[in-house]
Parts: sequence; C-alpha cells; structure tokens
Amino acid sequence: MSVTALRAPAPSRLRLGLRAVLVAAVLVLAAFPLLNTLPEAHPLHVSDFLVSVTGKWICYAILALSLDLAWGYAGILSLGHGAFFALGGYAMGMHLMRLIGPRGVYGHPVLPDFMVFLGYRELPWYWLGFDNFAFAMLMVLAVPGLLAFLLGWLCFRSRITGVYLSIITQAMTYALMLAFFRNDMGFGGNNGFTDFKELLGMPLNTSFARGALFYASLISLVGCYLLCRWIAGTKYGRVLTAIRDAENRVRFLGYSVTQHKLFAFVLSAMMAGWAGALYVPQVGIINPGEFSPGNSIEAVVWVAVGGRGTLVGAILGAFSVNGLKTWLTSAAPDLWLFVLGGLFVLVTLFLPRGLIGLFQGRAK
Amino acid sequence: MRKGRRLYLDGVSVVFDGFRALNNLSLIVDPGELRAVIGPNGAGKTTMMDCITGKTRPTAGTVEFGEQDLTRLDEATIANLGIGRKFQKPTVFDALTVFENLELALKAPRGPIACLRWALGGEARTRIERTMSEIGLTERAQDRAAILSHGQRQWLEIGMLLMQDPDLLLVDEPVAGMTDAETEHTAKLLAGIAGERSVVVVEHDLEFVRALGCKVTVLSEGSVLSEGTIDHVQNDARVIEVYLGR
Repeated sequence: MSVTALRAPAPSRLRLGLRAVLVAAVLVLAAFPLLNTLPEAHPLHVSDFLVSVTGKWICYAILALSLDLAWGYAGILSLGHGAFFALGGYAMGMHLMRLIGPRGVYGHPVLPDFMVFLGYRELPWYWLGFDNFAFAMLMVLAVPGLLAFLLGWLCFRSRITGVYLSIITQAMTYALMLAFFRNDMGFGGNNGFTDFKELLGMPLNTSFARGALFYASLISLVGCYLLCRWIAGTKYGRVLTAIRDAENRVRFLGYSVTQHKLFAFVLSAMMAGWAGALYVPQVGIINPGEFSPGNSIEAVVWVAVGGRGTLVGAILGAFSVNGLKTWLTSAAPDLWLFVLGGLFVLVTLFLPRGLIGLFQGRAK
Repeated sequence: MRKGRRLYLDGVSVVFDGFRALNNLSLIVDPGELRAVIGPNGAGKTTMMDCITGKTRPTAGTVEFGEQDLTRLDEATIANLGIGRKFQKPTVFDALTVFENLELALKAPRGPIACLRWALGGEARTRIERTMSEIGLTERAQDRAAILSHGQRQWLEIGMLLMQDPDLLLVDEPVAGMTDAETEHTAKLLAGIAGERSVVVVEHDLEFVRALGCKVTVLSEGSVLSEGTIDHVQNDARVIEVYLGR
C-alpha cells in the first residue's frame, strides 16, 4: 500500500467540483476591477460600490480564515480576533498618516493633524519609522503577532482553555478599544485616522488604487488559503486537530501543547493583522470602533455559518454573511442584529458543519 | 538490558485538601519487568500513575525514572524521556485515521516546525505497518478512529504507546469492557511487550492478572499492602480483608 493511499483517498468528484467552483469564483472576482473600467452603460459594468464592497469582504474572508486556523483546527475560540485585525489596520493607518506629510489641514510638515490639534511638539517615539513602507508592513505582522504571543503564552502555559480563554480574548479587545479611545494614547482618540492621501506613491481614491488594493487583497486571500491548506495537510495540522479534540492526550504523547497552540495562535494573529492592513486603505478610515467586541463575535459567526475547520467554509461564511448584512442593513436596518443572532442559533442547531456541510453531507 | 531499577518510588505522598491519596508509597520496577498493580477503588492507583507522568506533583517523596528525578518535569518532557501512558478510558484522536494516530505517536521531533517539515519516510512507514499488524488493525488503516469498536480503540492506544518507543509503559485497566477473546488478545499483547520494556498494568480483573503471570503489588489507602505472586497476595490475610474478601 502506498503512503498516499494510506493518507487521503483520491479527491472525489464532488471535491474536484468544489475546487473548480473555487477557482471560478476567484476568476470572477479578479475580473471585477477590469469590468469596472467599462462604460457605465455596458451590461457587464461593475460599479465602484461593488468593487469596494467586495474588496472589503475579501479582507473579512482573510480574517475568517485566520480565525478558522485558530478555532477550527487548534480549538482556540478567540472572541478577540478583531483586535489583531484592528492592530494591523492601525499600523497601516500610521503609515498612511505619515504619508500625508504637509498636506494636512494644519499643514505641519511631520505631525498628523490630530497631533497638531492636541498640541504635540514632536512625533511620539512609537511613531518613528512608520514613514517607511517596509517597516510599517513589518509592524502590521509584528504587533498583532507579539500581542498574540504574550497573551497566548500566559494563557496556554496556565492551561486556560475553552470559555475562559474566550472571555479573556474578549476582554483583551474591549480593553484595547477603551485604550485607543483615549486621546493621550497618540492614536487619534475616537476619531482614529482618516483623510489618507496616498500609498506607495499611488493616490488613493482613484479607481486604479481601488483596483490595486483589490488585487493585493485577492492575492493575499489566495495565499493565506494555500498556506492554511498546506498547514492542515502536514503532521502539524494533525497535531492541532488532536489538540482540539483531546489536549491532554497530546501532552502524554510528548508534544508541548503550549508551543503548538502558540505557534498557530501567533500565525493566525499575523494573518488577521495583514487583513486589517489591507482593509484600512480601502475603507479610508480606522478608529477604535474596530476593536469593539461585536466585530470579533461577528467574525466567529462567519466561520460558524460557513463551517469551521474547513477553511473554504470560513471564506464562504465571510462572503455570505457579509453579503446578507450589506443587503439587509439597507433594506431593513433594524432587523440585522436579530438576523445575525438567529443565523448563529439556527446554524448551530441545524447545520453544525455549516454551509459547507450541505455539500459534504451528500458526499458521504 | 541496563542493570538496576527502571522506576523507583520512595516515600511518595500526595495530599489533596487534607485527603491522603498516596501515603508513603514505595515501589521499584526493574528493567523489562511486567508488574500488575491491584487495589480497591480509591487505593491510589491512578494517582500513582499521575505522579509518575507529571500530571500530579507529589507532596513528598522521590519519583525516579532510571537516574532521572521526575517530580519537577511536565507531562510532555516525561513522555519524551520514555514513559508511555494508556488511560483507563481509551483516548485516541477520533478525527484522524488509525494510520495518522500511530504516525502522531511515532517517536520523532515534536516541535511545530519539525512537524510542519515532517515527511513520512520508508522506515517510519514500515514501523507503523508493523505495529498495525501487531495490534491487528492493518485492515482499518484508513478508517477514522471514531468508527472503531471499544476493543479496537484500546489496541490502537496500546499501538500508539508502542510507537513512542518507551522504556516504561503504564497501562490503566486495559481490559475493562472487553470481551473474553479481546481480553485474551490483550494479555498476549502486553506479555509480548514486556521483556524489551517495563510494563506496569493497573487492573481490577484478577483473572486477567493471573493470565499475565507476573509479580503483583496490592495498594490500599495510598500505600503498598502486599507484594508477590498472585497466589501469595491472594492468600495474604490483610489483602483478603480489604479487597478480595469483599
């Protein structure tokens, strides 16, 4: 018997079909910015709104993927993943603020408007270096990664799991939200950062910039998906699954559960940070509201609705729930929260494997 | 086989909120020895295993594996030193196949990066296949552990212990809930393992202990009550009083 035969049966026809649908979906999405350049009267024209809204969803899908790696595979139900997303977004926002330069309302050569307004004389030390793109991108990954490392190390080492860990992550994002609301933190208080002008020499708010950011997000989504898929297929992926299902047993096999969970959690946080960094220039603003606990919980709902531990499900969930949200918040804004809550309850009760389970259920 | 003792417990006590789970327990297991540990419920059998595997820290006393002090190490470190443990309730990884369960247990570098870079070589595959045939699960290689029968799960767990290549195996109630045929198979499996490695079996089933044909230690209220052959302990008046007579 060959090793491959022992490991995974040849992809079923349904699997191949699903894969074809995925590739087709990526290609259709990839065509959006191009179709956007067609004249408005053309039947295939894609509106600016649709490009920017799908660009946002792609970032959410990366966040959902990162959460699925932590929750679906390693069993770490983080109710604070939005914090990593927001921190990545803030790091990108700091870079964008530095690039405004003297074009701000107050025309200060270095200081962003809010600092001039608050009477800062010079740039706080932690703002240094953010004018450099490479440094800012490094921080986009390093800051969420470091926070995840510290939090994870303290929790996993003390064997805090399950609902207690979830509560701690939720408290973390709430605490960060309160901290970022303060003006003297040096992050623009409740207004956050906005009025961005350019990125990499490319003026934002042009359809070219929208297209470029859209493609950067799409490529990141595909890259993150392939990375997660690869991880899930290695022995490390199976160790994570084992930890999710029987953490203690893994310990007695000689694996350091703390180390393995920490690795997955930090990687997941960095992925979420990256998603946030792609999100901010597309929406043109970042403020402490991004840390709000509701955002993190919504991300959990995406993954649950799509189907946790499947990766594709997380992406599917992010797109479908956000699609529903975009439609419903304009059609019947008062209903949205009820629908979101109802969706979570219904999926948990009737579709424990999420939307993706609808397809897999038939295969087995 | 190295001379001297494999496992050495001396004066071990464990106190939980004033309750003495272990009370001045001493036990020596030789290299390659098969040892059965029996005793009534609450005698401290499982707590003893917890102390050896790092799940519980002794309040007092010495726990040594070869020359290595175990009282300050965590579970993963102790497992990597060469102590394998099978729990009373079989815990295998349901989401993984039989093959993958064994592969996970196979002795190999345990870090995240090493696991990411792990590629199944020919030698590793041969070892896994050999173990699968030893535990009689070759046909089930591709099946998820979730769909195995109770007995098969027990064997898979014993197989996982073998993959760790331990010098000492701690086996907690391996035949609980097994059919007679399964029990017999398990006794053979364990007797075959001992010799190369030391095996400590905790069991309630006296017929099974007799089938193992090894030295027996009787625990009661956290300390050793009697030690010797099965016939010796079965005729010990104190043993009859606390355990067998009931």
